[in-house]
Parts: sequence; C-alpha cells; structure tokens
Amino acid sequence: MDIYLPIANLSVNALVIVLLGGGVGLLSGMFGVGGGFLTTPLLIVYGIPPTVAAASAASQVTGASVSGVFAHVRRKGVDFKMGGFLVAGGLVGAVFGGWIFRLLQASGQIDTVIAIVYVLLLGSIGSMMATEAWGAIRRMRSGEAPKPRKRRHHPLVASLPMRTRFYRSGLYISPFAPLLLGFGVGILTILLGVGGGFILVPAMLYLLGMTTQVVVGTSLFQTLFVTAMATMVHATTTKAVDIVLAALLLLGSVAGAQIGARFAARVKPEYLRLALAVIVLLVAGRIALGLGWRPDAIYSVELS
Amino acid sequence: MKRGWLAVLAAPLLMAQSAPRPATKPVLVPDVSQRDIEIQYSFTGANLLLFGAILYPGGRLPDDDKPTDIVVVVKGPVQSILVREKQKLGGLIWVNASRLRYRSAPSFYAIASSKPIARMLDARTRAIYELGLSSLQLSPASSAPLQEQDRFARGLVDLKTRTGLYVEAPGAVEITDGVLYRARVAIPARVPVGRFTAETFLIRDGRVLAAATRDIEIRKSGFERFVARSAERQSVLYGLAAVALSVLFGWGAGVIARRL
Repeated sequence: MDIYLPIANLSVNALVIVLLGGGVGLLSGMFGVGGGFLTTPLLIVYGIPPTVAAASAASQVTGASVSGVFAHVRRKGVDFKMGGFLVAGGLVGAVFGGWIFRLLQASGQIDTVIAIVYVLLLGSIGSMMATEAWGAIRRMRSGEAPKPRKRRHHPLVASLPMRTRFYRSGLYISPFAPLLLGFGVGILTILLGVGGGFILVPAMLYLLGMTTQVVVGTSLFQTLFVTAMATMVHATTTKAVDIVLAALLLLGSVAGAQIGARFAARVKPEYLRLALAVIVLLVAGRIALGLGWRPDAIYSVELS
Repeated sequence: MKRGWLAVLAAPLLMAQSAPRPATKPVLVPDVSQRDIEIQYSFTGANLLLFGAILYPGGRLPDDDKPTDIVVVVKGPVQSILVREKQKLGGLIWVNASRLRYRSAPSFYAIASSKPIARMLDARTRAIYELGLSSLQLSPASSAPLQEQDRFARGLVDLKTRTGLYVEAPGAVEITDGVLYRARVAIPARVPVGRFTAETFLIRDGRVLAAATRDIEIRKSGFERFVARSAERQSVLYGLAAVALSVLFGWGAGVIARRL
C-alpha cells in the first residue's frame, strides 16, 4: 500500500512504515525507552531524507511517552519540580540545538555529526549497560545478593549553588543540576531526533542520585515536553516535519508499545537490559561502519 | 488524451487547409497524454505518453532515404542546488569536503529518442539544444577549474540518474510510417511540483528541422497540497497539530490498552 508523503516528497509503503513504528514501539514498551535512536537511522536507511527523518521521529517519541507519563503520574512516579527544571533546561537546549542544526546543515556536515554523535553516545552507553547487566545476571545466577548501591549525587552536583529541596526525588541539590542536564538532552533531542531517555535515566540515577521510583516517570515527563518542543522547532525552522509519516509511525509504535509493556512484565529486568544493550551496540556498530565504508553516493544534492 | 488523438487524426486535413504556406520545412504537432498531473495520497509516479504527427510540406514524405528521427525531452522546473562531494578524511571516515553550486539545474530531465542521440547530432548541436545528459547546461556558479566542474557535473548526473530523476532512453520513440510518433516517459514519485515542458525535436541529416513544446503542470492536490502549504505558511499551527496528533495517539492507545 503506497502512500505519498507530502513533505518528504516521495511515496513509501505505508505498511513498512507502520511495521517499523511497531517494531520500535515494541522495544520502547519493553525497555522503557522512546526508541528514537532506532527510528531515525531506520528511516534514513529506508530512503527518507535525514532531516525529515529526524524531524518526524521526534513526534513518534512524544506519542510513545504520553501513555507512560499518565501511568507514572497515577502511581505518583513523577517528581514535577525536578521535571519542571529538566523541561525548562530542555526547552532552552532544544532552541539552541535548532541553531546548531541549521549551522551544521549550512556547512554540509550535519549527517556526519549526527552519525559520530550516535556512535559515541550509543557505543559508550551500550557498553556501560552491557557490563552492568552482565554483572547483574552473573550475581543473580550465583545467588549472591546485589550490593545495595549508596544513593549519592556526584560531587560536582553538590558544588552548585542555591540548593533547594526535591521531595519526591529525596534530594537537596541546586536546580542548576537538572537545568544543565535538561539543556544537554534538549540539544541531543533536536540533533538526533531521540527522546534522550537512555542518557537521562542513568544521569538521574548516578549523577543526581534520585530515588529509583521516580526516575523513569520523571524522565518520560521531560521527554514528552522536550520532544514536543523539538517538533515545534523543526516545524518552524527546517519545516521538515512530515505529519503523514509521523502518523504512520505513531500508529505502529503506540500499538507496539502496549504489547511490549505487557511482554516486559514477564521477563527479568536484567535480561531486558542486556538485550537493550546489545541492540544499542548493534546500531552503533552499523552507523560506525557506515562512516568508514565507501558510501554508495560520493555526491549529494540539496536545494539552495 | 482524446483531444490529442483527434488532433493526430485531423492532422492531414488541417495540413491541406494551411497548405498555402510555401514552407519547405516539416512541422510537428505534438501532444501529451496528461497536461495536468495531480499528486495525491496514492501517487507513485506517472506514465506520460508523448505522441504526435510530423507534417511534411505538401503532405509528401521526403523521397531520399535519409532517416527521420524524433527526440522528446521532458524537463522539470530548474532549481538552484548545491552539490557536495565526499572525501575520506584521515583514512577513516567519509565527510563532505568540497561543493559546487548550480544556479539552474533541471530538477527532472528525461530524453527519449528514436536512436542514440550521439548518432544523429554532433556535439555542438547537442549542446545548443541541450540534448542528452552529457550536454546539459548546468551553469555552475563558481570559477572552479573546468576539470573540477566536469567531475561535479558527472557526479550530479550520475546521482540523479540513480534516483530516476534524469533519464536517457535511446530507442524509446517509435515512429510509425514516418509520420506518427509516440514515446513513454515515466515520471517518478520524487519529482518536484511545478511547470514541466515536453519538447519534441524533428531531426534529419544532422540538423534540427522542427521543434515544438507542450507544458505539463505537476501539482499536489487535495490533502497533500493542504499539508505542504500549511507546513510552509502556517508552520506554528502545523507544528502544534503534529504535537497534538502524537499526544492523542499515545493517550488513545493507553486508554484502549487499559480496557482490553
């Protein structure tokens, strides 16, 4: 079933896009990540122009995070004060990221930068997750009790001024810490079309030292607003948001996410984390290969 | 389409009426199967039929045995484009290194002919009429050395050929009884919108004897037109609509999943 995408200016097989969204949604439901890190590269491989892919993938992540946020709010799993500071930083980061995006686009290096940032980010986070999950599985197998991790924030965070209380996170830290963290993730959201959950969650745990119960909900809360902002920034600057493409992706991903969430409840979280780490590393490896391989097309054309 | 065939059928009659012109040159009466191509949700490209008649003065076919050839060129609106060339950086990764800007490169260019163009016209004539992918006047907006310009032009043509936007189809024009001709040109879904032209050339003995042009309008219609326009002109509202859509989808799926 072919459908014409009015902004990407080409026709695609609607079923392929819905299934692609469904597959990513399945993973995002299983692992609790937005899945933007998979959507953008897959769309590019399918032949969608990179800018349109990054701009439209953000709205898919918005859709994926909405139902998660509602569920976590009901369970009181969102620290709204912490989330508010993260979102504020994220919105500024999104606008700043939009500026970087245009700058890189003008110099013709946007695709290379996107690929390198992906490789570095996914490579390091994937290996960290893999070691952590592997260790957890080994401990589980040998029946050894996991060492209770001391919840502490990073010394750098403690050195920031104007401390305030975050009751649900159980923290007394400076608001600049979540602001800066949100800012960085906001930039990545615009550049890569990702929600940033896979960076935000470890950062909240290990840098800020938040209570585990509110980490995922608060991360989704930030993702919801910042990806919405990313869509707005792209809509007004690059004008590359393809609403038909986004709708097809959403259709698949929201359905896939629900199925994935049900499946995840039956599998041990350690195995899920290891599986996610493997997928992340595979994507990073594929992109790294693409950077070094002689490209199919040495020349590329853009309108000026 | 109907009108076109009528024109072909009526051609000999019309010619008889307009005979007083003491022209010695033949005249082309071209037409296309579709004057307007509308891009809709199911658009996967179009198949254009270009056809017409060759009217010889006095209605007599030339009696020498030199072959008559027809060339049909379909061109899309010109675009100002930037072509980038990748190079391997430090033996490690491929990055965009150099670039060349073209002020007016055709967004689409398809040439169909009754035999390879190089066998009917010399290079100079081909360049004058822009016949053939190697004879395109791309007008690079720089003073780069000729060698580099050539390299970029070849790269551009190669890239566009691969995406089906530049097409060369020798032998795709059929000539019936020396007076009727027809050719099919495929328009891919990736074409930009705008005014296209279909030019027909009559070639004999290494010379272009007659030429005629028809316009084809390609535009988005209905919902696709509405979306493209909103994205361009009402970008804030369009962005809000995209966000609202994704929130609605996500929320709706959550509600449905809880009921199940």
